[in-house]
Amino acid sequence: MQRFRITFAKGDEVKYISHLDLMRAWERALRRAKIPLAYSQGFNPHPRLFFAAALPVGFTGRAEMLDVVLQKHMELHEFASRLKGQLPPGLQLENVMEVPMTLPPLPAQVVAAEYEVVVESQDAPQEMQARLDDLLVVPSLPWRRERPNGVREYDLRPLIRALWIVGRRERAYVIGMRLQADERGTGRPNDVIAALGLADAVHSIERVRLLLAQD
Amino acid sequence: MISTALLDRILPTVAKPARYSGNEWNSMRKDWAQAKVRVALAYPDVYEVGMSNLGLAILYDLVNQQPEMLAERVYAPWLDMERAMRQAGMPLFSLESHHPVRDFDILGFSLQYELNYSNVLNMLDLAGIPLLASQRNEDCPLVIAGGTCTYNAEPLADFFDLFVIGEGEEVLLELLRLYLECRKSHAPWKEEFLQQAASIKGVYVPHLYRVAYHEDGTVSSIEPAKAGVPARVQKRIVPVLPPPPVKPVVPFLNVVHDRGMVEIMRGCTRGCRFCQAGMIYRPVRERPLQEVLDAIDQLLAHTGYEEIALVSLSSTDYTGIEPLVRELSQRYAEQRLAISLPSLRTDTFSVALAQMIQRTRKTGLTFAPEAGSERLRQVINKSVTADDLLRTAEAAYASGWLRIKLYFMIGLPTETLEDVLAIADLVKAVRGIGRCWHGPRAQVSVSVATFIPKAHTPFQWLPIEDAGQIAAKQQALRRALPGRGIELSWSDPMTAWLEAVLSRGDRRLGQVILRAWQLGARFDAWAEAFQPQLWQQAFAKAGLDASFYATRQRSFAEVLPWTHIHTGVSTAFLWEEYQRSLRGESSIDCRGGCQDCGVRVAFDLDRCPSLADDTVRIASEHARDKADRVAPAGRSHMMDSE
Ligand code: SF4
Repeated sequence: MQRFRITFAKGDEVKYISHLDLMRAWERALRRAKIPLAYSQGFNPHPRLFFAAALPVGFTGRAEMLDVVLQKHMELHEFASRLKGQLPPGLQLENVMEVPMTLPPLPAQVVAAEYEVVVESQDAPQEMQARLDDLLVVPSLPWRRERPNGVREYDLRPLIRALWIVGRRERAYVIGMRLQADERGTGRPNDVIAALGLADAVHSIERVRLLLAQD
Repeated sequence: MISTALLDRILPTVAKPARYSGNEWNSMRKDWAQAKVRVALAYPDVYEVGMSNLGLAILYDLVNQQPEMLAERVYAPWLDMERAMRQAGMPLFSLESHHPVRDFDILGFSLQYELNYSNVLNMLDLAGIPLLASQRNEDCPLVIAGGTCTYNAEPLADFFDLFVIGEGEEVLLELLRLYLECRKSHAPWKEEFLQQAASIKGVYVPHLYRVAYHEDGTVSSIEPAKAGVPARVQKRIVPVLPPPPVKPVVPFLNVVHDRGMVEIMRGCTRGCRFCQAGMIYRPVRERPLQEVLDAIDQLLAHTGYEEIALVSLSSTDYTGIEPLVRELSQRYAEQRLAISLPSLRTDTFSVALAQMIQRTRKTGLTFAPEAGSERLRQVINKSVTADDLLRTAEAAYASGWLRIKLYFMIGLPTETLEDVLAIADLVKAVRGIGRCWHGPRAQVSVSVATFIPKAHTPFQWLPIEDAGQIAAKQQALRRALPGRGIELSWSDPMTAWLEAVLSRGDRRLGQVILRAWQLGARFDAWAEAFQPQLWQQAFAKAGLDASFYATRQRSFAEVLPWTHIHTGVSTAFLWEEYQRSLRGESSIDCRGGCQDCGVRVAFDLDRCPSLADDTVRIASEHARDKADRVAPAGRSHMMDSE
């Protein structure tokens, strides 16, 4: 058994496919690449793929992660080169490394995620900075999330680790944010943008980095 | 082209946006500017249904293989997407290049189901193409269609420039070449093109035919409106099946049939009298075993599919089915390839086959006895006995399956309450066998459809049974089937009614379809969208009586609206089969001997390919008998014991 960690980009071409669909697309790409996948036990064996964290429909991702378990040993360069030609447009291989089988499952290692959100805004840079500062200075930020099975109330503030301006484009800003993403709670960029009073101005959201426990 | 910005505004607001975003593996993005003829291939239902259609995948592959041609796909936008598109003024666009459909040269629909007709109109409208062929000018795309419904597409005659009757592989390319020719040399090209197209075998140009009616509403004549137009349009067949597509588009979404498909055989030799496919796809043509194996090998390499379906109307009848299945299950065991046989015959050989390919939990096996009593099965020529069914059920339960699914129809010709109650007896007997093996865990699912007489079948003259009668029979069956271990499902009676009306309609129904669409009919095949009252209103407004089409017995002398469409099967044969059914006489399978249906003569074949090659037939029957004799011991190497 062998475990590879793939870092990949999910671009505009495939941003509307759901997490489940993405899983199937990877599985089929791996099968086309003739990678000797390891399967789970049980009545309905399926290949052992583990994604770090589901990316919401509509977001792009610059450095998404996935662990693949192989049944037979393979050289890393061969794995990567076989896989490269089998990915649909919009899915791009950024990096592959071998990781020990003994590491905890990938989703359990994720602690935070960084996003870049493009928002349209006429704000002057100081005004935009002030919005961010005003949000960061409050000790707590009670928030309500409407979900199909009822309303969830929680504190948004502790989920925000950092918030900054990445850059400015014509009539738009790129806002960077690092949000908690572990079993205690996962921050959502849309909520943060809404808290900034910019809910209707979102142009695009990209997850740019996933932070793992040992990072 | 539709702008990405506009799409990005709309797609996040609709369900399953991947239905509209394209970029799937193997989808073809050919150079728009380089292509001399551009075809939009349309399926008038949602993406998940359309992407499961093998015929369209074949044509997509074929057209894109031609250097100067291009084909892209388009499906019916679901209700939420339609709303968003209309609000934004966004026209219907193709998945590959996001070009508006009206920028294509040809818009080709696949018509497989009458309940998609309102979607056809809706798609034309969303594309900004005038609905009526007579109102489209020289700059409009040519609107054409193929598929099973074109064997009687009279209700859609006003909306289409032409129909392709039969197998499209050769005739589509002939049409596209003719199109290129006509557009090259003539300024006003359309009428000239249609005139010439009408002389291509398998092409039906509806406006070149005049239909006249008697006072009572029946058709009095269907005649060519111009010289040089053939009086009868004969369907096209390909004498030998062309190689199957091995690089099909792999969807991201979980579509209805999310798997690789290889057609192993076209046509069916059984001659069930209710079955339109069995009549119109004659003669049978099998794909050589080696070609199937090679195709599957390539298909898997190009798609990465984890499941493959061996497609045909009756997979178990494919001469090489056993070696094929055995080879596949061995060759791809390591990749955990799932194999599916979509149409199993009711016999223990089928169970043994299913056993060979079963990898995961044994969920269910499906069989279709179609009628409850022996007598009625003779009437419809379904050669399955109660004994066959019970032995098959025994083999299946004994091999570890917990659930058996059975398909029946009610409303069949000559059917009495007794025949219907015989369904209950059969089902209870099957459950009894299941209980012997699995106790209360044994399940029987029973699916009961309403019989709908179809054009070009021996029952084409018959009425559909009256809705009240059907309801009474359903009631009786429900009462006779005690609940435990039995799951009963019905087809919706209004859906059956509409299908019955449209499938044997004439040209006057064009008005009804138009009005129903105007009133808001969409996605009639979907329970959540179907509003039968819109269709009833549409009939009333058009001054037509639906029961004239649904519940009326036709005479032999009547000119049926599809009389000028010829499948190769003679009307005399169909009538004779109908008469035999009334006498309760069955007819034999073509593999056992030719029944002179007319196909051999119509297609000028020395020897009908439906007739099995004797040596092969005898060998396979021998194997079958042997399989039947093996006690259902429920072991995976059951077939290996020879
Ligand atoms: S010509 Fe004879 S063998 Fe061929 S399909 Fe017709 S009945 Fe069957």
